[in-house]
Amino acid sequence: MGRIGLRLVTGAVLLFIYFPLVLVIVYAFNRNIVASWPIPGLTLQWWARAIDNPGVRNALLTSVVAGMGATAVALVLGSLASLAVDRFRFFGRETISFVVILPIALPGIVTGIAINAAVGALGIGFGLATVIVGHATFCVVFVYNNVLARFRRSSRSIEEASADLGADTWQTFRHVTFPVIRTALLAGGLLAFALSFDEIIVTTFTRGDVKTLPIWIFENYRLANQAPIVNVVAVIAIVLSVIPVYLASRLTSDAAGVTR
Amino acid sequence: MTARATTPADSLLRRLAVGLYRHPRIALALLLALPLGWLLVAYLGSLAILFTNAFFRTDPFTSRVIPELGLGNFERLISDAVYRTITLRTLGIAAAVTATTAVLAFPVAYFMARVASERTRNLMVVAILMPLWASYLVKVYAWRIILAQDGILNWALEPFGLHGPGFGDVATWLVFSYLWLPYMILPIYAGLQRIPQSLLEASSDLGARPTATFRNVILPLVVPAVVAGSIFTFSLTMGDYIAPQLVSSTQFIGNVIFANVGGSGDLPFAAAFATIPVLVMIIYLLVARRLGAFEAL
Repeated sequence: MGRIGLRLVTGAVLLFIYFPLVLVIVYAFNRNIVASWPIPGLTLQWWARAIDNPGVRNALLTSVVAGMGATAVALVLGSLASLAVDRFRFFGRETISFVVILPIALPGIVTGIAINAAVGALGIGFGLATVIVGHATFCVVFVYNNVLARFRRSSRSIEEASADLGADTWQTFRHVTFPVIRTALLAGGLLAFALSFDEIIVTTFTRGDVKTLPIWIFENYRLANQAPIVNVVAVIAIVLSVIPVYLASRLTSDAAGVTR
Repeated sequence: MTARATTPADSLLRRLAVGLYRHPRIALALLLALPLGWLLVAYLGSLAILFTNAFFRTDPFTSRVIPELGLGNFERLISDAVYRTITLRTLGIAAAVTATTAVLAFPVAYFMARVASERTRNLMVVAILMPLWASYLVKVYAWRIILAQDGILNWALEPFGLHGPGFGDVATWLVFSYLWLPYMILPIYAGLQRIPQSLLEASSDLGARPTATFRNVILPLVVPAVVAGSIFTFSLTMGDYIAPQLVSSTQFIGNVIFANVGGSGDLPFAAAFATIPVLVMIIYLLVARRLGAFEAL
Protein backbone atom coordinates (compact mmCIF):
# COMPACT_ATOMS: atom_id res chain seq x y z
CA MET A 1 0.00 0.00 0.00
CA GLY A 2 1.40 3.35 -1.01
CA ARG A 3 1.60 6.36 1.24
CA ILE A 4 -1.40 7.99 -0.38
CA GLY A 5 -3.44 4.82 0.08
CA LEU A 6 -2.36 4.70 3.72
CA ARG A 7 -3.42 8.31 4.20
CA LEU A 8 -6.80 7.65 2.61
CA VAL A 9 -7.48 4.58 4.74
CA THR A 10 -6.42 6.42 7.90
CA GLY A 11 -8.69 9.33 7.02
CA ALA A 12 -11.58 6.97 6.33
CA VAL A 13 -11.12 5.18 9.66
CA LEU A 14 -10.98 8.49 11.55
CA LEU A 15 -14.19 9.52 9.79
CA PHE A 16 -15.75 6.19 10.79
CA ILE A 17 -14.70 6.82 14.41
CA TYR A 18 -15.99 10.37 14.64
CA PHE A 19 -19.08 10.30 12.45
CA PRO A 20 -21.47 8.66 14.98
CA LEU A 21 -20.34 11.02 17.75
CA VAL A 22 -20.87 14.08 15.56
CA LEU A 23 -24.27 12.77 14.53
CA VAL A 24 -25.41 12.48 18.16
CA ILE A 25 -24.33 16.07 18.73
CA VAL A 26 -26.31 17.20 15.68
CA TYR A 27 -29.40 15.33 16.88
CA ALA A 28 -29.19 17.09 20.25
CA PHE A 29 -30.15 20.27 18.36
CA ASN A 30 -32.74 18.57 16.15
CA ARG A 31 -36.00 20.53 15.87
CA ASN A 32 -37.96 17.38 15.13
CA ILE A 33 -38.94 15.20 18.08
CA VAL A 34 -38.20 12.03 16.08
CA ALA A 35 -34.58 11.09 15.35
CA SER A 36 -34.99 10.62 11.59
CA TRP A 37 -32.75 11.93 8.83
CA PRO A 38 -32.69 14.53 7.32
CA ILE A 39 -33.52 16.86 10.21
CA PRO A 40 -35.83 19.81 9.53
CA GLY A 41 -33.89 22.43 11.50
CA LEU A 42 -32.07 23.28 14.71
CA THR A 43 -33.28 24.24 18.16
CA LEU A 44 -31.99 24.69 21.70
CA GLN A 45 -35.23 23.73 23.43
CA TRP A 46 -34.14 20.17 24.36
CA TRP A 47 -31.17 21.56 26.24
CA ALA A 48 -33.47 23.71 28.38
CA ARG A 49 -35.75 20.69 28.94
CA ALA A 50 -32.84 18.43 29.86
CA ILE A 51 -31.45 20.92 32.36
CA ASP A 52 -34.91 21.27 33.93
CA ASN A 53 -35.42 17.51 34.12
CA PRO A 54 -34.96 16.37 37.76
CA GLY A 55 -34.24 12.79 36.67
CA VAL A 56 -31.33 13.96 34.53
CA ARG A 57 -29.99 16.22 37.26
CA ASN A 58 -30.14 13.49 39.91
CA ALA A 59 -28.53 10.94 37.61
CA LEU A 60 -25.73 13.37 36.77
CA LEU A 61 -25.11 14.05 40.46
CA THR A 62 -25.16 10.32 41.28
CA SER A 63 -22.66 9.60 38.51
CA VAL A 64 -20.31 12.31 39.75
CA VAL A 65 -20.51 11.08 43.37
CA ALA A 66 -20.01 7.44 42.34
CA GLY A 67 -17.10 8.41 40.11
CA MET A 68 -15.41 10.41 42.86
CA GLY A 69 -15.94 7.65 45.42
CA ALA A 70 -14.54 4.98 43.11
CA THR A 71 -11.63 7.23 42.17
CA ALA A 72 -10.77 7.90 45.81
CA VAL A 73 -10.73 4.18 46.63
CA ALA A 74 -8.74 3.39 43.48
CA LEU A 75 -6.17 6.09 44.33
CA VAL A 76 -5.54 4.62 47.77
CA LEU A 77 -5.47 0.97 46.71
CA GLY A 78 -3.57 1.57 43.48
CA SER A 79 -0.80 3.63 45.01
CA LEU A 80 -0.36 1.26 47.97
CA ALA A 81 -0.08 -1.73 45.65
CA SER A 82 2.33 0.04 43.28
CA LEU A 83 4.53 1.11 46.22
CA ALA A 84 4.67 -2.47 47.45
CA VAL A 85 5.51 -3.87 44.01
CA ASP A 86 8.12 -1.21 43.31
CA ARG A 87 9.89 -1.24 46.69
CA PHE A 88 9.82 -4.87 47.78
CA ARG A 89 10.69 -8.29 46.43
CA PHE A 90 8.25 -10.86 47.71
CA PHE A 91 6.52 -14.11 46.87
CA GLY A 92 3.64 -13.55 44.47
CA ARG A 93 4.87 -10.14 43.35
CA GLU A 94 4.38 -10.96 39.66
CA THR A 95 0.80 -12.06 40.33
CA ILE A 96 -0.20 -8.65 41.69
CA SER A 97 -0.27 -7.09 38.23
CA PHE A 98 -2.37 -10.02 37.06
CA VAL A 99 -4.87 -9.73 39.90
CA VAL A 100 -5.13 -5.96 39.40
CA ILE A 101 -5.83 -6.29 35.68
CA LEU A 102 -8.29 -9.18 36.08
CA PRO A 103 -11.39 -7.02 36.80
CA ILE A 104 -11.05 -5.30 33.41
CA ALA A 105 -9.74 -8.34 31.52
CA LEU A 106 -12.74 -10.46 32.51
CA PRO A 107 -16.01 -9.48 30.83
CA GLY A 108 -17.79 -6.74 32.78
CA ILE A 109 -20.84 -8.90 33.24
CA VAL A 110 -18.76 -11.45 35.18
CA THR A 111 -17.47 -8.81 37.58
CA GLY A 112 -21.01 -7.50 37.83
CA ILE A 113 -22.74 -10.76 38.72
CA ALA A 114 -19.85 -11.82 40.97
CA ILE A 115 -20.29 -8.72 43.12
CA ASN A 116 -24.04 -9.13 42.83
CA ALA A 117 -23.85 -12.72 44.11
CA ALA A 118 -21.45 -11.77 46.93
CA VAL A 119 -23.54 -8.81 48.09
CA GLY A 120 -26.62 -11.01 47.93
CA ALA A 121 -24.91 -13.77 49.91
CA LEU A 122 -23.73 -11.31 52.56
CA GLY A 123 -27.19 -9.81 52.82
CA ILE A 124 -26.05 -6.19 52.34
CA GLY A 125 -28.46 -3.98 50.44
CA PHE A 126 -27.59 -2.62 46.99
CA GLY A 127 -27.05 1.09 46.64
CA LEU A 128 -24.52 3.80 45.93
CA ALA A 129 -21.95 2.08 48.18
CA THR A 130 -22.07 -1.17 46.21
CA VAL A 131 -21.82 0.77 42.94
CA ILE A 132 -18.67 2.45 44.27
CA VAL A 133 -17.26 -0.93 45.37
CA GLY A 134 -17.88 -2.35 41.90
CA HIS A 135 -16.41 0.63 40.07
CA ALA A 136 -13.37 0.89 42.34
CA THR A 137 -12.54 -2.75 41.69
CA PHE A 138 -11.89 -2.17 37.99
CA CYS A 139 -10.52 1.37 38.45
CA VAL A 140 -7.54 0.32 40.61
CA VAL A 141 -5.56 -0.84 37.58
CA PHE A 142 -5.41 2.67 36.07
CA VAL A 143 -3.88 4.24 39.16
CA TYR A 144 -1.64 1.23 39.74
CA ASN A 145 -0.24 1.19 36.20
CA ASN A 146 0.29 4.95 36.05
CA VAL A 147 2.03 5.19 39.40
CA LEU A 148 4.12 2.06 38.85
CA ALA A 149 5.28 3.35 35.45
CA ARG A 150 6.28 6.62 37.11
CA PHE A 151 8.20 4.80 39.85
CA ARG A 152 10.08 2.75 37.29
CA ARG A 153 11.16 5.83 35.39
CA SER A 154 12.18 7.88 38.40
CA SER A 155 15.40 7.43 40.31
CA ARG A 156 15.51 6.15 43.86
CA SER A 157 18.62 8.20 44.62
CA ILE A 158 16.66 11.36 45.49
CA GLU A 159 14.84 9.40 48.17
CA GLU A 160 18.13 8.10 49.48
CA ALA A 161 19.47 11.65 49.48
CA SER A 162 16.42 12.70 51.46
CA ALA A 163 17.05 9.97 54.01
CA ASP A 164 20.74 10.86 54.19
CA LEU A 165 19.75 14.42 55.00
CA GLY A 166 17.82 13.17 58.02
CA ALA A 167 14.26 12.90 56.72
CA ASP A 168 12.21 10.02 58.01
CA THR A 169 9.94 7.85 55.84
CA TRP A 170 6.95 10.18 56.17
CA GLN A 171 8.92 13.34 55.41
CA THR A 172 10.52 11.67 52.41
CA PHE A 173 7.14 10.58 51.17
CA ARG A 174 5.59 14.01 51.62
CA HIS A 175 8.41 16.09 50.22
CA VAL A 176 10.07 13.78 47.71
CA THR A 177 8.04 10.73 46.66
CA PHE A 178 4.63 12.36 46.50
CA PRO A 179 5.73 15.27 44.25
CA VAL A 180 7.30 12.71 41.90
CA ILE A 181 4.10 10.68 41.52
CA ARG A 182 1.63 13.56 41.81
CA THR A 183 0.85 13.89 38.10
CA ALA A 184 0.74 10.11 37.69
CA LEU A 185 -1.83 9.96 40.49
CA LEU A 186 -3.82 12.74 38.87
CA ALA A 187 -3.74 11.06 35.46
CA GLY A 188 -4.68 7.65 36.89
CA GLY A 189 -7.43 9.26 38.93
CA LEU A 190 -8.85 11.09 35.91
CA LEU A 191 -8.91 7.89 33.87
CA ALA A 192 -10.56 6.05 36.75
CA PHE A 193 -13.18 8.77 37.00
CA ALA A 194 -13.88 8.74 33.26
CA LEU A 195 -14.26 4.97 33.27
CA SER A 196 -16.56 4.99 36.27
CA PHE A 197 -18.62 7.83 34.81
CA ASP A 198 -19.33 5.77 31.68
CA GLU A 199 -19.79 2.37 33.20
CA ILE A 200 -23.10 0.62 32.79
CA ILE A 201 -22.67 -3.16 33.04
CA VAL A 202 -21.21 -3.51 36.56
CA THR A 203 -23.50 -0.66 37.61
CA THR A 204 -26.58 -2.57 36.47
CA PHE A 205 -25.80 -5.44 38.82
CA THR A 206 -24.78 -3.39 41.87
CA ARG A 207 -27.08 -0.39 41.81
CA GLY A 208 -30.29 -1.38 43.56
CA ASP A 209 -32.46 1.63 42.66
CA VAL A 210 -29.61 4.10 42.23
CA LYS A 211 -29.59 5.77 38.79
CA THR A 212 -26.37 6.90 37.18
CA LEU A 213 -26.33 8.86 33.93
CA PRO A 214 -25.76 5.82 31.66
CA ILE A 215 -28.57 3.99 33.47
CA TRP A 216 -30.84 6.99 32.89
CA ILE A 217 -30.03 6.95 29.18
CA PHE A 218 -30.62 3.21 29.03
CA GLU A 219 -34.01 3.50 30.69
CA ASN A 220 -35.16 6.38 28.51
CA TYR A 221 -33.83 5.85 24.99
CA ARG A 222 -36.91 3.89 23.92
CA LEU A 223 -39.43 6.38 25.27
CA ALA A 224 -40.62 8.51 22.36
CA ASN A 225 -41.26 11.66 24.40
CA GLN A 226 -37.82 11.46 26.07
CA ALA A 227 -35.81 10.78 22.88
CA PRO A 228 -34.69 14.39 22.23
CA ILE A 229 -33.60 14.79 25.87
CA VAL A 230 -31.66 11.52 25.63
CA ASN A 231 -29.68 13.07 22.75
CA VAL A 232 -28.79 16.05 24.92
CA VAL A 233 -27.80 13.83 27.85
CA ALA A 234 -25.70 11.76 25.42
CA VAL A 235 -23.74 14.87 24.45
CA ILE A 236 -23.25 15.75 28.13
CA ALA A 237 -22.01 12.19 28.77
CA ILE A 238 -19.53 12.40 25.88
CA VAL A 239 -18.15 15.74 27.02
CA LEU A 240 -17.87 14.79 30.70
CA SER A 241 -16.03 11.57 29.99
CA VAL A 242 -13.71 12.97 27.33
CA ILE A 243 -12.52 16.01 29.31
CA PRO A 244 -10.84 13.98 32.10
CA VAL A 245 -9.11 11.79 29.53
CA TYR A 246 -7.89 14.80 27.61
CA LEU A 247 -6.48 16.28 30.82
CA ALA A 248 -4.91 12.96 31.77
CA SER A 249 -3.18 12.62 28.41
CA ARG A 250 -1.88 16.17 28.75
CA LEU A 251 -0.55 15.42 32.22
CA THR A 252 1.47 12.38 31.35
CA SER A 253 2.43 10.33 28.37
CA ASP A 254 1.76 7.26 30.54
CA ALA A 255 -1.90 7.73 29.85
CA ALA A 256 -1.41 7.09 26.15
CA GLY A 257 -1.60 3.30 26.43
CA VAL A 258 -4.90 1.56 26.87
CA THR A 259 -4.07 0.12 30.24
CA ARG A 260 -1.08 2.11 31.17
CA MET B 1 20.63 22.27 59.60
CA THR B 2 17.78 23.99 61.40
CA ALA B 3 16.90 22.72 64.82
CA ARG B 4 13.36 21.44 65.05
CA ALA B 5 11.18 21.17 68.12
CA THR B 6 10.33 17.54 68.70
CA THR B 7 6.82 16.88 69.93
CA PRO B 8 5.95 13.51 71.46
CA ALA B 9 3.67 12.63 68.54
CA ASP B 10 6.43 13.56 66.16
CA SER B 11 8.94 11.27 67.77
CA LEU B 12 6.38 8.49 67.90
CA LEU B 13 5.88 8.77 64.16
CA ARG B 14 9.60 8.89 63.67
CA ARG B 15 10.09 5.79 65.81
CA LEU B 16 7.40 4.09 63.73
CA ALA B 17 9.27 5.06 60.57
CA VAL B 18 12.49 3.61 61.93
CA GLY B 19 10.68 0.48 63.05
CA LEU B 20 9.15 0.00 59.64
CA TYR B 21 12.49 0.55 58.01
CA ARG B 22 14.04 -2.15 60.19
CA HIS B 23 11.17 -4.55 59.62
CA PRO B 24 10.43 -4.34 55.91
CA ARG B 25 8.07 -7.32 56.12
CA ILE B 26 5.73 -5.40 58.38
CA ALA B 27 5.95 -2.39 56.09
CA LEU B 28 5.13 -4.61 53.13
CA ALA B 29 2.21 -6.22 54.95
CA LEU B 30 0.81 -2.77 55.77
CA LEU B 31 1.14 -1.66 52.15
CA LEU B 32 -0.50 -4.78 50.75
CA ALA B 33 -3.23 -5.24 53.36
CA LEU B 34 -5.78 -2.91 51.77
CA PRO B 35 -5.27 -3.54 48.04
CA LEU B 36 -4.96 -7.30 48.41
CA GLY B 37 -7.73 -7.39 50.96
CA TRP B 38 -9.93 -5.70 48.40
CA LEU B 39 -8.88 -7.59 45.29
CA LEU B 40 -8.29 -11.03 46.75
CA VAL B 41 -10.99 -11.12 49.38
CA ALA B 42 -13.67 -8.87 47.90
CA TYR B 43 -13.13 -9.51 44.19
CA LEU B 44 -11.73 -13.02 43.94
CA GLY B 45 -13.98 -13.96 46.86
CA SER B 46 -16.97 -12.72 44.87
CA LEU B 47 -15.84 -14.72 41.86
CA ALA B 48 -15.48 -17.80 44.06
CA ILE B 49 -19.01 -17.36 45.44
CA LEU B 50 -20.29 -16.92 41.90
CA PHE B 51 -18.67 -20.03 40.51
CA THR B 52 -19.71 -22.12 43.50
CA ASN B 53 -23.23 -21.08 42.60
CA ALA B 54 -22.72 -22.57 39.14
CA PHE B 55 -22.85 -26.03 40.74
CA PHE B 56 -26.02 -25.30 42.73
CA ARG B 57 -29.52 -25.45 41.36
CA THR B 58 -32.63 -23.33 41.57
CA ASP B 59 -35.95 -24.59 42.79
CA PRO B 60 -38.29 -23.98 39.82
CA PHE B 61 -41.27 -23.16 42.08
CA THR B 62 -39.77 -20.92 44.74
CA SER B 63 -36.83 -19.54 42.68
CA ARG B 64 -34.65 -20.28 45.69
CA VAL B 65 -31.08 -21.46 45.25
CA ILE B 66 -30.62 -24.97 46.61
CA PRO B 67 -27.02 -25.43 47.72
CA GLU B 68 -26.48 -28.99 46.52
CA LEU B 69 -23.50 -29.62 44.29
CA GLY B 70 -24.25 -30.96 40.83
CA LEU B 71 -23.52 -30.53 37.15
CA GLY B 72 -27.11 -30.01 36.05
CA ASN B 73 -26.55 -26.46 34.79
CA PHE B 74 -23.64 -27.49 32.61
CA GLU B 75 -25.58 -30.45 31.21
CA ARG B 76 -28.35 -28.07 30.27
CA LEU B 77 -25.86 -25.74 28.57
CA ILE B 78 -24.40 -28.54 26.48
CA SER B 79 -27.58 -30.42 25.63
CA ASP B 80 -29.85 -27.48 24.84
CA ALA B 81 -29.42 -26.34 21.23
CA VAL B 82 -30.54 -22.80 22.09
CA TYR B 83 -27.56 -22.23 24.37
CA ARG B 84 -25.18 -23.85 21.91
CA THR B 85 -26.35 -21.46 19.21
CA ILE B 86 -25.98 -18.48 21.55
CA THR B 87 -22.47 -19.55 22.56
CA LEU B 88 -21.40 -20.06 18.97
CA ARG B 89 -22.93 -16.76 17.90
CA THR B 90 -21.12 -14.92 20.70
CA LEU B 91 -17.75 -16.53 19.98
CA GLY B 92 -18.21 -16.19 16.22
CA ILE B 93 -19.00 -12.49 16.36
CA ALA B 94 -16.18 -11.94 18.87
CA ALA B 95 -13.78 -13.57 16.40
CA ALA B 96 -15.19 -11.62 13.44
CA VAL B 97 -14.94 -8.37 15.37
CA THR B 98 -11.34 -9.15 16.32
CA ALA B 99 -10.42 -9.83 12.69
CA THR B 100 -12.23 -6.73 11.43
CA THR B 101 -10.64 -4.40 13.95
CA ALA B 102 -7.17 -5.86 13.26
CA VAL B 103 -7.57 -5.24 9.52
CA LEU B 104 -8.88 -1.69 10.04
CA ALA B 105 -6.41 -0.84 12.78
CA PHE B 106 -3.24 -1.93 11.05
CA PRO B 107 -3.03 0.74 8.31
CA VAL B 108 -3.95 3.47 10.80
CA ALA B 109 -1.37 2.31 13.33
CA TYR B 110 1.22 1.95 10.56
CA PHE B 111 0.51 5.45 9.33
CA MET B 112 0.82 6.84 12.86
CA ALA B 113 4.01 4.99 13.74
CA ARG B 114 5.94 5.05 10.48
CA VAL B 115 4.62 7.75 8.14
CA ALA B 116 3.13 10.65 10.08
CA SER B 117 5.22 13.55 11.33
CA GLU B 118 5.67 13.77 15.08
CA ARG B 119 3.07 16.51 15.37
CA THR B 120 0.47 14.57 13.38
CA ARG B 121 1.30 11.44 15.34
CA ASN B 122 0.70 13.09 18.71
CA LEU B 123 -2.52 14.62 17.45
CA MET B 124 -3.67 11.24 16.19
CA VAL B 125 -2.92 9.47 19.48
CA VAL B 126 -5.25 11.95 21.18
CA ALA B 127 -7.77 11.65 18.32
CA ILE B 128 -7.92 7.87 18.74
CA LEU B 129 -7.85 8.01 22.54
CA MET B 130 -10.74 10.45 22.98
CA PRO B 131 -13.54 8.46 21.36
CA LEU B 132 -12.29 5.33 23.13
CA TRP B 133 -13.35 6.97 26.36
CA ALA B 134 -16.42 8.77 25.09
CA SER B 135 -19.46 7.18 26.67
CA TYR B 136 -19.85 3.57 25.56
CA LEU B 137 -23.61 3.62 25.74
CA VAL B 138 -23.80 6.81 23.69
CA LYS B 139 -21.76 5.21 20.94
CA VAL B 140 -24.09 2.22 20.73
CA TYR B 141 -27.04 4.56 20.85
CA ALA B 142 -25.54 6.60 17.98
CA TRP B 143 -25.45 3.46 15.83
CA ARG B 144 -29.04 2.75 16.70
CA ILE B 145 -29.93 6.14 15.24
CA ILE B 146 -27.72 5.56 12.18
CA LEU B 147 -29.07 2.09 11.39
CA ALA B 148 -32.73 2.87 12.12
CA GLN B 149 -35.27 2.46 9.32
CA ASP B 150 -35.50 6.22 8.75
CA GLY B 151 -31.89 6.79 9.79
CA ILE B 152 -29.07 8.46 7.93
CA LEU B 153 -27.60 5.25 6.46
CA ASN B 154 -30.75 4.25 4.61
CA TRP B 155 -31.17 7.87 3.52
CA ALA B 156 -27.65 7.87 2.04
CA LEU B 157 -28.05 4.47 0.37
CA GLU B 158 -31.51 5.06 -1.03
CA PRO B 159 -30.40 6.94 -4.20
CA PHE B 160 -28.37 3.85 -5.14
CA GLY B 161 -31.31 1.57 -4.58
CA LEU B 162 -29.55 0.02 -1.59
CA HIS B 163 -30.63 -0.61 1.96
CA GLY B 164 -28.62 -0.74 5.20
CA PRO B 165 -28.31 -3.95 7.25
CA GLY B 166 -31.00 -2.88 9.70
CA PHE B 167 -30.93 -4.36 13.21
CA GLY B 168 -29.49 -7.87 13.62
CA ASP B 169 -26.23 -9.80 13.79
CA VAL B 170 -24.60 -7.69 11.05
CA ALA B 171 -25.43 -4.55 13.01
CA THR B 172 -23.99 -6.10 16.18
CA TRP B 173 -20.78 -7.00 14.37
CA LEU B 174 -20.53 -3.48 12.96
CA VAL B 175 -21.19 -1.79 16.31
CA PHE B 176 -18.71 -3.98 18.20
CA SER B 177 -16.05 -3.38 15.54
CA TYR B 178 -16.68 0.33 15.91
CA LEU B 179 -16.62 0.25 19.71
CA TRP B 180 -13.39 -1.69 20.14
CA LEU B 181 -11.38 -0.35 17.19
CA PRO B 182 -9.31 2.09 19.28
CA TYR B 183 -8.37 -0.78 21.64
CA MET B 184 -6.76 -2.46 18.64
CA ILE B 185 -5.14 0.62 17.08
CA LEU B 186 -3.24 1.72 20.19
CA PRO B 187 -1.34 -1.53 20.98
CA ILE B 188 -0.48 -2.08 17.28
CA TYR B 189 0.75 1.50 17.07
CA ALA B 190 2.90 1.01 20.16
CA GLY B 191 4.19 -2.30 18.78
CA LEU B 192 5.14 -0.78 15.43
CA GLN B 193 6.86 2.09 17.15
CA ARG B 194 9.04 -0.27 19.12
CA ILE B 195 10.55 -1.83 15.98
CA PRO B 196 13.98 -0.25 15.59
CA GLN B 197 14.63 1.49 12.27
CA SER B 198 17.97 -0.33 12.04
CA LEU B 199 16.17 -3.66 11.68
CA LEU B 200 14.29 -2.42 8.63
CA GLU B 201 17.47 -0.96 7.17
CA ALA B 202 19.30 -4.24 7.73
CA SER B 203 16.51 -6.04 5.91
CA SER B 204 16.71 -3.75 2.89
CA ASP B 205 20.54 -3.81 2.96
CA LEU B 206 20.27 -7.56 2.65
CA GLY B 207 18.27 -7.05 -0.50
CA ALA B 208 14.72 -7.50 0.75
CA ARG B 209 12.05 -5.58 -1.12
CA PRO B 210 9.66 -3.50 1.03
CA THR B 211 6.97 -6.18 0.74
CA ALA B 212 9.43 -8.88 1.90
CA THR B 213 10.56 -6.69 4.80
CA PHE B 214 6.96 -6.13 5.71
CA ARG B 215 6.13 -9.83 5.64
CA ASN B 216 9.28 -11.19 7.23
CA VAL B 217 10.28 -8.47 9.68
CA ILE B 218 7.42 -6.16 10.56
CA LEU B 219 4.52 -8.63 10.70
CA PRO B 220 6.16 -11.18 13.04
CA LEU B 221 7.20 -8.39 15.40
CA VAL B 222 3.71 -6.94 15.50
CA VAL B 223 1.94 -10.21 16.33
CA PRO B 224 2.21 -9.73 20.13
CA ALA B 225 0.66 -6.28 19.77
CA VAL B 226 -2.23 -7.62 17.70
CA VAL B 227 -2.78 -10.35 20.30
CA ALA B 228 -2.70 -7.71 23.04
CA GLY B 229 -5.37 -5.72 21.20
CA SER B 230 -7.41 -8.84 20.61
CA ILE B 231 -7.60 -9.48 24.36
CA PHE B 232 -9.78 -6.38 24.54
CA THR B 233 -11.80 -6.90 21.37
CA PHE B 234 -12.53 -10.52 22.23
CA SER B 235 -13.22 -10.12 25.93
CA LEU B 236 -15.31 -6.99 25.53
CA THR B 237 -17.46 -8.56 22.82
CA MET B 238 -17.97 -11.75 24.78
CA GLY B 239 -19.22 -10.06 27.93
CA ASP B 240 -21.46 -7.48 26.32
CA TYR B 241 -25.22 -7.56 26.37
CA ILE B 242 -26.09 -3.89 25.91
CA ALA B 243 -25.14 -3.50 22.24
CA PRO B 244 -27.05 -6.61 21.09
CA GLN B 245 -30.05 -5.33 23.00
CA LEU B 246 -29.93 -1.97 21.23
CA VAL B 247 -29.18 -2.97 17.65
CA SER B 248 -30.31 -6.59 17.41
CA SER B 249 -32.95 -8.98 18.61
CA THR B 250 -30.65 -12.02 18.77
CA GLN B 251 -29.18 -13.13 22.07
CA PHE B 252 -25.60 -13.18 23.28
CA ILE B 253 -24.20 -15.04 26.31
CA GLY B 254 -24.47 -11.77 28.24
CA ASN B 255 -28.19 -11.42 27.50
CA VAL B 256 -28.93 -14.87 28.92
CA ILE B 257 -26.83 -14.17 32.01
CA PHE B 258 -28.50 -10.80 32.47
CA ALA B 259 -31.98 -12.28 32.16
CA ASN B 260 -31.18 -14.87 34.83
CA VAL B 261 -29.81 -12.55 37.52
CA GLY B 262 -32.29 -10.91 39.82
CA GLY B 263 -35.51 -11.70 41.64
CA SER B 264 -37.14 -14.48 39.61
CA GLY B 265 -33.98 -15.48 37.77
CA ASP B 266 -31.77 -18.53 37.99
CA LEU B 267 -28.45 -17.34 39.40
CA PRO B 268 -26.80 -20.81 39.36
CA PHE B 269 -27.57 -21.16 35.66
CA ALA B 270 -26.33 -17.63 34.95
CA ALA B 271 -23.14 -18.44 36.85
CA ALA B 272 -22.67 -21.65 34.89
CA PHE B 273 -23.09 -19.80 31.59
CA ALA B 274 -20.65 -17.13 32.80
CA THR B 275 -17.94 -19.78 33.20
CA ILE B 276 -17.75 -20.05 29.40
CA PRO B 277 -16.46 -16.50 28.73
CA VAL B 278 -14.24 -16.75 31.80
CA LEU B 279 -12.67 -20.04 30.69
CA VAL B 280 -12.23 -18.74 27.15
CA MET B 281 -10.59 -15.57 28.49
CA ILE B 282 -8.28 -17.44 30.87
CA ILE B 283 -7.07 -19.70 28.05
CA TYR B 284 -6.79 -16.65 25.83
CA LEU B 285 -4.75 -14.77 28.44
CA LEU B 286 -2.42 -17.74 28.99
CA VAL B 287 -1.80 -18.09 25.24
CA ALA B 288 -1.40 -14.33 24.95
CA ARG B 289 1.21 -14.34 27.70
CA ARG B 290 3.18 -17.02 25.85
CA LEU B 291 3.09 -14.91 22.70
CA GLY B 292 4.52 -11.98 24.65
CA ALA B 293 1.34 -9.94 24.44
CA PHE B 294 1.50 -8.76 28.06
CA GLU B 295 4.58 -6.68 27.31
CA ALA B 296 2.66 -5.12 24.42
CA LEU B 297 -0.36 -4.07 26.50
